[in-house]
Amino acid sequence: MKYVLMFCDTPALYDEVDPADAKATYQEVFDWFGEHHAAGRIADGGAELQPVTTATTVKSGGDGPVVVDGPFSEAKEVVGGFTVVDVPDLDAALAMARTWPPLKYPGVSVEVRPSVDHSGDM
Amino acid sequence: MSPTADAALAAAIRAEAGSIVASLHRLVGDFDVAEEAVQDAVVEALRSWRTDGIPDRPGAWLQVAARRNALDRLRSRQRYEKALGRLREGIARESAPPDAADDRLPLLFGCCHPALAVEARLALTLRAVVGLTTAQIARAFLVSEQTLAQRIVRAKRKIVDAGIPLTMPAPEDRAERLDDVLTVAYLMFNEGFVSTAGEHGDDRDLADDALWLAGLVATSLPDEPEALGLLALLTFQHARQPARFADDGSLVLLERQDRGRWDRALIDQADRVLERAAGQHRPGRFQLQAAIAGCHASAGSFEGTDWLQILVLYDMLLAHDASPVTRLNRAVAVARVWGPGRALADVEPLADELDGYHLFHATRAALLRELDRRTEADEADARALALTHNPAERNLLRARLDG
Repeated sequence: MKYVLMFCDTPALYDEVDPADAKATYQEVFDWFGEHHAAGRIADGGAELQPVTTATTVKSGGDGPVVVDGPFSEAKEVVGGFTVVDVPDLDAALAMARTWPPLKYPGVSVEVRPSVDHSGDM
Repeated sequence: MSPTADAALAAAIRAEAGSIVASLHRLVGDFDVAEEAVQDAVVEALRSWRTDGIPDRPGAWLQVAARRNALDRLRSRQRYEKALGRLREGIARESAPPDAADDRLPLLFGCCHPALAVEARLALTLRAVVGLTTAQIARAFLVSEQTLAQRIVRAKRKIVDAGIPLTMPAPEDRAERLDDVLTVAYLMFNEGFVSTAGEHGDDRDLADDALWLAGLVATSLPDEPEALGLLALLTFQHARQPARFADDGSLVLLERQDRGRWDRALIDQADRVLERAAGQHRPGRFQLQAAIAGCHASAGSFEGTDWLQILVLYDMLLAHDASPVTRLNRAVAVARVWGPGRALADVEPLADELDGYHLFHATRAALLRELDRRTEADEADARALALTHNPAERNLLRARLDG
């Protein structure tokens, strides 16, 4: 089954983390991908996103789409990246999410959502 | 139908329903179809058995009915042709599924998965594993049948769509997931523990169901001391059941219970279960709560209770479970050892976290009353009264306010 892992954090977080520590975590993230890729669990590497300050949102409006500065929601937590994994069940996906290295920092979370399976569609 | 016959009916269904859900699920590969088919069979059984009596082989009866219902549900879906074939064979042979007893545990772990909301875990476990009908569960939780049905539909949809496995958890997750399962049985017991027999003919005794469930888990996982701990705890509590309600249906607090009416045989049984748990030297919150309940059970009177021992056990319990409710319960022991003033000082800081919990206000009221602060005690009891819908608890609180 395919799941999308959405890696979320708070924009303020990386101002607070010591740069050496951040670098080490980045290496851990790299290793995390390496390990799961080798095990055949990564269906699509996904993407790491630029900071939320770079986000532009197109919203529906009465007179057609409107372009606005900023992310789609006012939430404190923002999506910082995502990857698609292919594992047998939710427990396996949760086991991967649980070991996401940045979870040691406050405010970090990983949302796990099954992706829609279109293989049975006509 | 007499209460005994009703209890026999409930027990017959309970003994079979979970296994049949598990085996049907294995057979048809669709949890929703399997679960709905058994639910329909349970509803049919309740109707038919109440008039005709319980059949000689209730398990076979339920299984045939459930398989027939599953067939009906699957007929409309062509992609289940293979499953249909297997089902037809199954009905022709009418055989019991192999290792049926073990089947229920993976189902139970799936229904209590942390990816489901706690109330959904409770409802789904009661329906799929224990074999209650939606109507019975709705009455037990004082919600409408429609609300409960929606809760179950949503939970099942999540199980299927999110790929929640109905299997035993991986060894590294076992302890945590077992705690989730035991918590569901514990909540189920508490839900039943504060209620007397319902007005409705086939209302279920949830405390009885929870005790059965705790027994099932403890028997299946004999090397898990916390499973034994929960079984011991619920057995101790259940032993006090005959003394817990006055004739008018109001709750009788521990202090005033007629200890002669406690079930000594059950207390001995609970003691033995707890000993077996303790022999494994891996203490946990349910074993410690059971030890506390055991102290109460062995005391000849409220005054003669070994409160110091209970306080020591609460301090150990805090290391495993520092929740505000545990700290509130500990204050009751503090009141007996160090006096109500000190207990009240321990209780007050919990106000923010427990403001919506009726027993916080009721405990506070009892302490204030001991300290002769009547007006504040009445205010706290009134707050507790406003927060509980349970008739037995309401009767007790009203009597206290009138007294």
